[in-house]
This record gives sequence, structure tokens and C-alpha cells, in this order.
Amino acid sequence: MSTIAVLNKASPLDALQRWLPRLVLAPSMLIVLVGFYGYILWTFVLSFTNSSFMPSYKWVGLAQYARLMDNDRWWVASKNLLLFGGMFIGISLVVGVLLAVLLDQRIRREGFIRTVYLYPMALSMIVTGTAWKWLLNPGLGLDKMLRDWGWEGFRLDWLVDPDRVVYCLVIAAVWQASGFVMALFLAGLRGVDPSIIRAAQVDGASLPTIYLRIVLPSLRPVFFSALMILAHIAIKSFDLVAAMTAGGPGYASDLPAMFMYSFTFSRGQMGMGSASAILMLGAILAILVPYLYSELRSKRHE
Amino acid sequence: MATLELRNVNKTYGSGLPDTLKNIELKIGSGEFLILVGPSGCGKSTLMNCIAGLEQISGGAILVDDADISGMSPKDRDIAMVFQSYALYPTMNVRDNIAFGLKIRKMTPAAIDEEVARVAKLLQIEHLLGRKPGQLSGGQQQRVAMGRALARRPRIYLFDEPLSNLDAKLRVEMRTEIKLMHQRLKTTTVYVTHDQIEAMTLGDKVAVMKDGLIQQFGTPQQIYNDPANLFVASFIGSPPMNFIPLRLQRQEGRLLALLDSGQGRCELPLGTGEAGLEAREVILGIRPEQISLAGVEGNGLPSIRAQVQVTEPTGPDTLVFVTLNQTKVCCRLAPEFAPQVGESLSLQFDPARVLLFDAETGERLGRGRAPLDTVGTDNIAQFRGR
Amino acid sequence: MSSSLAARRPSLSRLAVYATLIAACLVYLVPLIVMLLTSFKSPDDIRTGNLLSWPEVITGIGWVKAWDAVGGYFWNSVKITVPAVLISTLVGALNGYVLSMWRFRGSQLFFGLLLFGCFLPFQTVLLPASFTLGKLGLASTTTGLVLVHIVYGLAFTTLFFRNYYTSVPQALVQAARLDGAGFFTIFGRILLPMSIPIIMVCLIWQFTQIWNDFLFGVVFASGDAQPITVALNNLVNTSTGAKEYNVDMAAAMIAGLPTLLVYVLAGKYFLRGLTAGAVKG
Repeated sequence: MSTIAVLNKASPLDALQRWLPRLVLAPSMLIVLVGFYGYILWTFVLSFTNSSFMPSYKWVGLAQYARLMDNDRWWVASKNLLLFGGMFIGISLVVGVLLAVLLDQRIRREGFIRTVYLYPMALSMIVTGTAWKWLLNPGLGLDKMLRDWGWEGFRLDWLVDPDRVVYCLVIAAVWQASGFVMALFLAGLRGVDPSIIRAAQVDGASLPTIYLRIVLPSLRPVFFSALMILAHIAIKSFDLVAAMTAGGPGYASDLPAMFMYSFTFSRGQMGMGSASAILMLGAILAILVPYLYSELRSKRHE
Repeated sequence: MATLELRNVNKTYGSGLPDTLKNIELKIGSGEFLILVGPSGCGKSTLMNCIAGLEQISGGAILVDDADISGMSPKDRDIAMVFQSYALYPTMNVRDNIAFGLKIRKMTPAAIDEEVARVAKLLQIEHLLGRKPGQLSGGQQQRVAMGRALARRPRIYLFDEPLSNLDAKLRVEMRTEIKLMHQRLKTTTVYVTHDQIEAMTLGDKVAVMKDGLIQQFGTPQQIYNDPANLFVASFIGSPPMNFIPLRLQRQEGRLLALLDSGQGRCELPLGTGEAGLEAREVILGIRPEQISLAGVEGNGLPSIRAQVQVTEPTGPDTLVFVTLNQTKVCCRLAPEFAPQVGESLSLQFDPARVLLFDAETGERLGRGRAPLDTVGTDNIAQFRGR
Repeated sequence: MSSSLAARRPSLSRLAVYATLIAACLVYLVPLIVMLLTSFKSPDDIRTGNLLSWPEVITGIGWVKAWDAVGGYFWNSVKITVPAVLISTLVGALNGYVLSMWRFRGSQLFFGLLLFGCFLPFQTVLLPASFTLGKLGLASTTTGLVLVHIVYGLAFTTLFFRNYYTSVPQALVQAARLDGAGFFTIFGRILLPMSIPIIMVCLIWQFTQIWNDFLFGVVFASGDAQPITVALNNLVNTSTGAKEYNVDMAAAMIAGLPTLLVYVLAGKYFLRGLTAGAVKG
């Protein structure tokens, strides 16, 4: 008897039941195909056109990418991203790991302390930006407070200093995300087999050595996920710049996300804006693909 | 109660993949207890899921009471199943777990209450009805899972390795209980297990499976005494059958198996057999309990002296290991005769109970005429009388 | 892993550990304290005092003015967030149910394609999405924002439920099927009741994501339909008139309070959402 004959015997209601899973998933499939991949393709197409305030489909080849490469502001934004991303990721990781290791020492009120470290993650980047803009206000913020407290020579005007404004973004971003890194690593530390530590203690290793040589290296996967998430936050970060500096002074604190927004929606340069969005996607893929590749490979080896 | 028949059932997960089930043919009568046994990955659970309707078969037919059900959805097949993980609904209490299927089938509340009460009494879980599965022990969960299956009064019960998550003691208890339950309710049952003891103790019929094929289908006694091939012989029985690779010799037209322990030799006469058998590599199979200590006076059976290498007292028996033809051979002896390590024993074999397998294909040689043509069970008397 | 060795170490290093942890606590808390103090000060007080000085007079004027400025947008955010969170969670739950319990040919591929949405830089879809909203007549409406948040929230909500249901034994669904239950009965009667934790995680994650969103808000909504983050940003970054920092800080607190409240009340689920999102997202 063939399979077809078997299927034919099913009642219409049974057939519906059999197709229900597909039917239920269908709208989401459509959304993903159109809203994710279709739109990416659309943006990709736009980046090859001379679209300005309105989309136009006059093909100009790589001209928008060439303009982007000639655009000083794009280079400032890209360099800022490297600087901001590098510092933000590096400092967040160091602070997060340090706090996680310290919190792992049977600390009283650990739950409360953890809550304090993590609460910034619940806030909007706009709120964070607003708060830190005020804290870093030259003249009224920390600048004035430390002088009031007796540090006469203290000056903190990075927010209006084109050479240092990126550090302000770094400070605010680290404040927001380092608690999250701490939480990730703390969870990782709690998963380390205690017998490994005991074995190392029996071997005579000191506590710092145990952490540096045995425990932290075993948290490599946590490290990579944290790295991925932080890099992702860095590349997408737009709200923080918008709230703290709006890219200023001038365009000294521009980031690609900010660049894309202002060229696409304020300056009527849709073509170039699209080109910059595609390059951002490229940057994410450049990080994501090797990560996923190594993830899949290690899974296959298990 | 119903008959169950599988006709040429096939299952494949895709054209490129190997078949999961190949031409399965089975038939059991109403009220019979069928065991599907085999190593993991042999297709026994897939076959059970196909019977339940949880997976579609790729070809063939599944007949219950001679009606093909293979196109029906699981809910219409009137089959209940007990899962290895019990699969109790974690958010419902025991009563609701048992009643769920009845509610879906739109039974009246009064009838549901009555049915739940009946099942709970049968399984002695009345005091657990208000509890959630998370508050039950493994054995209790097992009972509830059985209760859920019983409540529907289905035509066929399916058990998917129901005891494998229990500890050893409880497993033996529940095994007996399942057997009692079946004797009482006489419902047609298909029971999947990888445990050969469950297979032997529970089943009316046993199907031994491997690589999607049924290797042998028969009563437990047939499977045990008359295995179709090397795989069945090795899978059923604990401690497992001994396998001694050797080459047969022919003397005066009769085949002989030559055993050598280093301390002595003996010849097992195996009948005439087909021509050319003496040139082939064969495997001689003999169960540990069919090797015994040779008595002082001797009873005519061939015997051999061998040195004891290891002994493993299990309580009721003592397993004694010796070397025959460079192969470790296990003998199951009564503990009162248990020898010391290093001691030399005289062991005897009953040639009538010895099995022969083709070393290449693993197929049984001279099946049903144990071990080969002229020496069958009938010949034992003749042997003794000699 | 807590080391027993730490407990026996000299109390000096123990003290140093506590000192560092407490100092870090202060660093994390200072911005919040400053925001609160500033929001209750008068503009003159702000100019004469400093960030951490106690208000000369505690005044709620900053909060009143802030509410006048952003209160309407607060309700916009509520109108956007509530339906978007509920719908995206429900759809994610159904998707996760299908992707874990009713797999079919191609469903794994779909999951892979969807997963990429967790990493998608939204800049690459902003323009086509705004064209589409325009075509649908939903440009600059809260309804449009609800739609956008549902679409781009699906990746995470599906991921949450799919991973949760993958750890639920398939046998549960099989047992229910043999009991006669259909697709939606199994979902509603068996799986949903045991999904409370992941529903909480998903609701809280989506709530913080959507409430805190700025990019979609600023691109797809203007004027009266703006969410509170956009309104706050406009308020803080307008250069006209004298800066009223107390109003800025009160408005920032208003924008931040709902998510902070959720964090304090359900921090366990918040953290679980973050780490669950982190594992695969």
C-alpha cells in the first residue's frame, strides 16, 4: 500500500490538524522573509541608487559607496566606533569579570549588590544618556562637585572636547552594561565544577592563580558570548549618542548608527544612508559568522 | 481487546536515509502480550510510535481487528500508551491526569469520576489523586501513567520502556505488577524494552529487532532455546551465551567440534550435517547453564578438564570462567560445587543443546534440528543409553 | 563556585573585597541618586549647590513640569508597549511550540533564518519599513509602532519559547495526542500552564525592549504619536530657553520608572531573559 493511499483515508479535519503547525507558522515565515530578508535586499538595492529625499531606482552602481568612502564624517564615525567599541568592550569585560569574581567569594547581601550592579541595564539608553550628560556637564556636573569638595584644579569638560567626547560615551555605556557582564560571568562561575578548584588547592595553587589559570580560562564560551553581545550593542548604539551628544560637538562623537540616521532621515541622502546601513550589516556579519562557525564546529566536536 | 497485525510495514525518514523499519511482519492474537526487544536504535520505539499513530508509516498496513488503522490520527485509534518518561502533565494533579483523555472524549463528569475511582483502586493510588506529578516518587508516577492508560479502556496498550527509569528493586516489583494486571485485564499489549529479562518474563510473544528488521518472532522459549541467529542468541540470556569460534572436522562421516582447554581436549559429536560444512568457520554457541560439572560416575556426555581462572559468586549460582579454544567461557555452576581459582575442573557438555552459527553471516546452522541433523532432542536418550 | 579557601584567608583581603564591592555599588548608584536629588531641586539650587548636595528646599515643580511635557507621551508608550508585548509574546509562544513540538521539513531552516533577526542591525530595514508603514497609512501612528515592534520582536520571543519547549519532553505532547487532544488543546491545556516562567521572562524582556526603544520611535513616529523616549530626548536636547535640569531629570525618571519598577519586582526573570537572550542572541 502506498503512502498516498494512507493519506487519502484521513478525514478533512485530520488533514487540517496535520497542516495546522504550518499554518500557524506561516505568518511569521512571511514576516521573516519579507520584513527581515526582503527589506535587507531592498536597502541593498537602494544603496546602489541615487535616492535622496525620496527613493528613486536610478542605478548608480557603487557611487554611493564611493561617496561614503570620501566622506570625512563617515570616517570619523567609523574610527569612533573602533575607539568606542574597543574601550567599551574592554572596560566592560574587565569590570564585569572583576566584580563577578569578587562577588563569588561568599559575600553577604550578594543578592542586593547584584541588583545594584545590574539595574542600569533596565534603563533606556536615552535615560542613561540624559543622566550622564548631566553628570558630565562642564560647569555644573561632577566638574563643579569635585571643586566644591576641595579639588580646586579639577576640570572635566570632555563632553564639549572634540578629542575626548567619545570617552563620555564609553563611561555611560560601561556604566550601563558592565553589570550585565558581571551577571553573565557570575552565572558561569557558579557552573564551574567545585572539584576542579579543590584539586587545584590540593596541588597548592593560590586563589588568584586558580582564578587566572584554571577558572577563567574555562569560561571561554561565556567570554565569547559577552564579547558578541557587547560588540552588537556597540555597533547598534544610537540612542546613547542621540541623548548625550547628538554626535557633537560638530560630528566629533558620531557613530555609524547616528550617521546612517542623520543622512537618511534628516539630510535626504537615502542612497548613501543605505550604503552605510549595509556596511553596518557587514560589520555585524564579520563578527557573527566566525562566532557561529566556531560555535557550530565545537558543537560537532562534542 | 483486539488482534494486532503488521503487514510489511516500512518507515523511512527520507529517500537518502537508510530505512528505519524494513518489512515488519507481526501478528498477535486478542489479549496477547507482545514484546519488542532490541538494542537502542533498532527501530522498536519507532515501530511503537507508528502503531500509536504518532509517526506515519511509509508503506504497509497496520491492522487492528483486521481493519487498517494506518491512516487514522492517534486519537481515533483507541490505543493508550505508557511512556518511558511517564509524560504526566506536570500542571495537573493525578486525578486530572487520568481524567484528561476522558474529558477530551466528552464523557460525563459522573462517568469520569467513576472511571477515575475504578482505576485508582486498581492501581492503589487513591491517596495520591490530589497530588501533582512533581510530588510523586518514580514508582508512583509510573502507576499514574499506567492509570491514565487504563482509564480509557483502549483496545490496545502500548508500553514504551516503562520501567527503565526505576531503580532495580522497584523495576522487579512493577514488572510483576504489570504481568498481574495483564493476566487480569487480558488486553492486547505491545511492550518495548531493551531489557531481555523483561522480554523473557512478560511476553507471550517476543520480537527481537535489530537495524529495523525483526530478527526473530516467537515465544520466549523459542527465542531462548532456538535462536535464529547469532544476534538473537547473544542478546537474550544473562550471562550471555558463550561463543567459541572453531572449524568443524569430519570423522567417519560425522561432524565433530574439537575443544581444547590447554589441560585437555574433547570432541563434541554434532551429527552428519551438510557436505562441506567441515571446511567452514563456524561459531559454537553454548549457554553457561548448559555446561555442568562432570559427575564421578560419568553419564556418557563428553567432558573436558579445564583450569578455573575467575569465579563470580552471584548467590544462587557461581559463574566460573575457563578458557576453551583461546576463548573465555562462562559456566554457571551451583554454589555448593564452586571451585577455587586455579583449580582444575571436569566440565561436561550436552551436544544436543549446542548451537552452531555461520561465522560469516551469523545465521544459525541446522536450525530446528539442534544442533545438526542427526542429533536432536530425541537423540539424547539414545546418547545416554549408549 | 565559592571557595572555602577565601573564608580562611586573612581578613585584610576580605576587607578589601568588601570595600571594592561597596565602592562599585556607590558608583552604580550615584547617577540614580543624582537624578533624584536634582529632580527635587529648584533651578537656583542647582546652580548654587552641586550634584550630591541636599536640596535647600524640596520642590516637586520639576516633576509637575516634566509630567506636563512628557506625560502625554508616557501614555503613548503605554499604548504602544502593552499590545506589542502581548501579541509578540503570544505569537512567539505559538512559534516556539511549533518549532519544538511539531517540526516539519524546513522548520529548522526557518528557525535559523529567524535567529539572525536577533542580530539584525535595524538600520538595514528602517527605510523599507517606513515605506511600508506609509503605504499602509500607518506612518506616524502608535499602531504603526506596535506593528514594527511585533515584527522585530518575534526573533527573541520565538527564541525564548522554542528553547524552553525544547527541554519539555516530546512524550508529553504524544501522550496528549493519544488522549485525543488536538494542536490548540495541547498548547492551551498542557504547555501554556507550564510556561509561566518563560512567559514572565518574555513579557519582561519585550516590555523593557519596547519601552526603552528609541530608534523605531524617532524614525516611525512624529508629533503626537511619539513614545516617551523620543519626547524625553527632545525635551533634554532643545536649545531654546534656559535649561531646567530639574525638569530634565524628573522626565528621565518618569521615562525610566516603569522598567526600573519591573526590574525591582521581577529581577529574577529580567536576568534570566538577559542571559537566555545572551546564550543564543
